[in-house]
Amino acid sequence: MDLVAHLKEITMATGLSGHEGDVRGLIQRTWQPYVDEFRVDALGNLIALKRGQRSAGTGTHSIMLAAHMDEIGLMVTGYEGSFLRFTRVGGVDLRTILGQEVTVHGRRELPGVISSRPPHVLTEEERAAAVPVDKLFVDVGLAADELPTLVQVGDLVSMRRETIELQDEYLSGKAMDDRAGVASLTVCLEELSRLHHEWDVYAVATTQEEVGLRGAMASAYGTAPTVGIAVDVGFGAQVGVSEEESIEMDGGPAIAMGPNIHPTVRVRLVETAGRYEIKYQTEVAPGATGTDAWAIQVAREGVPTALLSIPLRYMHTSVETVCLRDVQRTGRLMALTIASLDEAFAASLAQ
Amino acid sequence: MILQELSDLRGVSGCERDVRAYISDQVRELADERRTDALGNLICLRRARRPVDGTPLKVMVAAHMDEIGFLVTGINRDGTVRFGKVGGIDDRILLSKQVLIGDQKIPGVIGYRPIHLISAKDRQAAPDVSRAAIDIGSSSKTSTEARVSLGDQITFRTSFQTMEPGGLRCVSGKALDDRAGCAVLIDVLREDYAVDLYAVFTAQEEVGMRGARVAADAIRPDLAFVLEGTVCDDLPKEEDLSHVTEVGKGPAITFMDRSVVADRRLVDLLVRTAQANGIPYQFKKGVFGGTDAGAIQLSREGVPAVALAVPCRNIHAPVSILSLNDLDNATRLMVATLHGLKGSL
Repeated sequence: MDLVAHLKEITMATGLSGHEGDVRGLIQRTWQPYVDEFRVDALGNLIALKRGQRSAGTGTHSIMLAAHMDEIGLMVTGYEGSFLRFTRVGGVDLRTILGQEVTVHGRRELPGVISSRPPHVLTEEERAAAVPVDKLFVDVGLAADELPTLVQVGDLVSMRRETIELQDEYLSGKAMDDRAGVASLTVCLEELSRLHHEWDVYAVATTQEEVGLRGAMASAYGTAPTVGIAVDVGFGAQVGVSEEESIEMDGGPAIAMGPNIHPTVRVRLVETAGRYEIKYQTEVAPGATGTDAWAIQVAREGVPTALLSIPLRYMHTSVETVCLRDVQRTGRLMALTIASLDEAFAASLAQ
Repeated sequence: MILQELSDLRGVSGCERDVRAYISDQVRELADERRTDALGNLICLRRARRPVDGTPLKVMVAAHMDEIGFLVTGINRDGTVRFGKVGGIDDRILLSKQVLIGDQKIPGVIGYRPIHLISAKDRQAAPDVSRAAIDIGSSSKTSTEARVSLGDQITFRTSFQTMEPGGLRCVSGKALDDRAGCAVLIDVLREDYAVDLYAVFTAQEEVGMRGARVAADAIRPDLAFVLEGTVCDDLPKEEDLSHVTEVGKGPAITFMDRSVVADRRLVDLLVRTAQANGIPYQFKKGVFGGTDAGAIQLSREGVPAVALAVPCRNIHAPVSILSLNDLDNATRLMVATLHGLKGSL
């Protein structure tokens, strides 16, 4: 698997929360060689099962790996002359979309631009404030009478952004949150195809994380795993963010601690990282992690859950940036941890 | 399409080399003389090819080659690149953009603090870009210095795009201000006139119309036209404010902007020509922006000058939109106007 090509493909695909079909198809095609079966549940989660090779006397245990495939974006709410009004799907910072190229998913895919008033005509006071949403428009360059034949209220608008390679194995584009996590699951599955593992592995590309962890809720219930690991992105060190608020880029996955995290699962991840010399860092989450891990932990009767965060700069912009080495480390850490899971580990979870 | 190639070329003020080379090649067969002056203006002469009594008029038609952008002003210890703005750029459009640095086109991004870490109140204010820097993926000053140098030009990484074909025939791209004017001017050079036509592709308009000033001094034209991409503010508004110009309503004739009060005879000539030929036109309604017309008008003892402009939405942003109808009509109007010029005004 070519990780750069894979990440480029899935980040440039569209999959706004609740509409993940396009990107799901691409992920399924990439995972095909590594897994035994697929299903897509009612919420659109892609659930891939890679069976473990159980030794005699071992019970059935499974681990769920979750990374969300949905992305933030916009939705058309109305026409105004030859322009489209819109609302947000997920946490888009409107200040980051001025002059942004977009795709309007109407009857066809229409290229568009987020248009706003030029600075020449604005007062100093207007330029000192963020442009309010009622003064931003999606502009597809059509006349007022042409719009309704091609675009309807409710049509999705995704960011149009080519994913580019920066220096030193850094990659930048939209939807790295959390397609970088999905790619780490791909790395893990590929790695597992060369390893012996006893536990069944559910690799799940979840839906609707950005609007409230909804896909993870349903798929954790559906797979009812013994253990769950969510992979999401964490605030990587960047200009304008303090050291206290961030984790180190190229520092490996951040292994979270806190009430969302089962200590035994976390310790196994830490031990594995130590044994195989995989770079990692520690992140303390004193409350809600805002990730699929939060939903998985309380599925059914409760699931021992861990969270890995891939360092990412400029979260929720269209230039989200990750270091490929961190994606690889995250996938490898999960695979080697899974290979270590046995009956004794399952028994230790309840203690 | 010439406009597509022009839009995708990179040329911040003072770094017009690539644009100039492309245009020079395009007009090779059209100009009787071509030269590049000390400021980097490309001056092309197409002599009168139709009979005229006495000495033909010297008509200068200018379009600027340079675009807004940035120069590298420093390299930080963390490997990020500091930049200074070239031309008028609204700080608010910088966030979440891709750029290309220097001749090597090193890709970089301008990010911003994640929304999760910004209070609801702070989200209402314009972003603070005082510390904004470009991330090229390098983690050290040394490794950035191997790829990026002080003074390198930085342009937005935007590709020209033909939008959904509708009646307006809109396209999007960077630097339409003023590669639109350059595209029109190249086409204007294809016709035969009864005047000596000086087609001048100017440098450094965005930092104070500096190219046009020296070119006009050298040419000493009898009159001048400036082809521009101009402010368009036709978004829906509650207040009863001028649109300045509107996409699809034809090229905009400027009677006044911040740099020039246009010569009334030339305004009338453009209007009469448009009406006589059934070419749609509009007036630029609002005194915004400046053009090379301002510099040319004040050259030597003064030159009658006027600007004719293609409306561009999101002007001075990473991606602007214009209507090819407006572009074609600007060409038709400029060509027809030049055909109408014989002896004197």
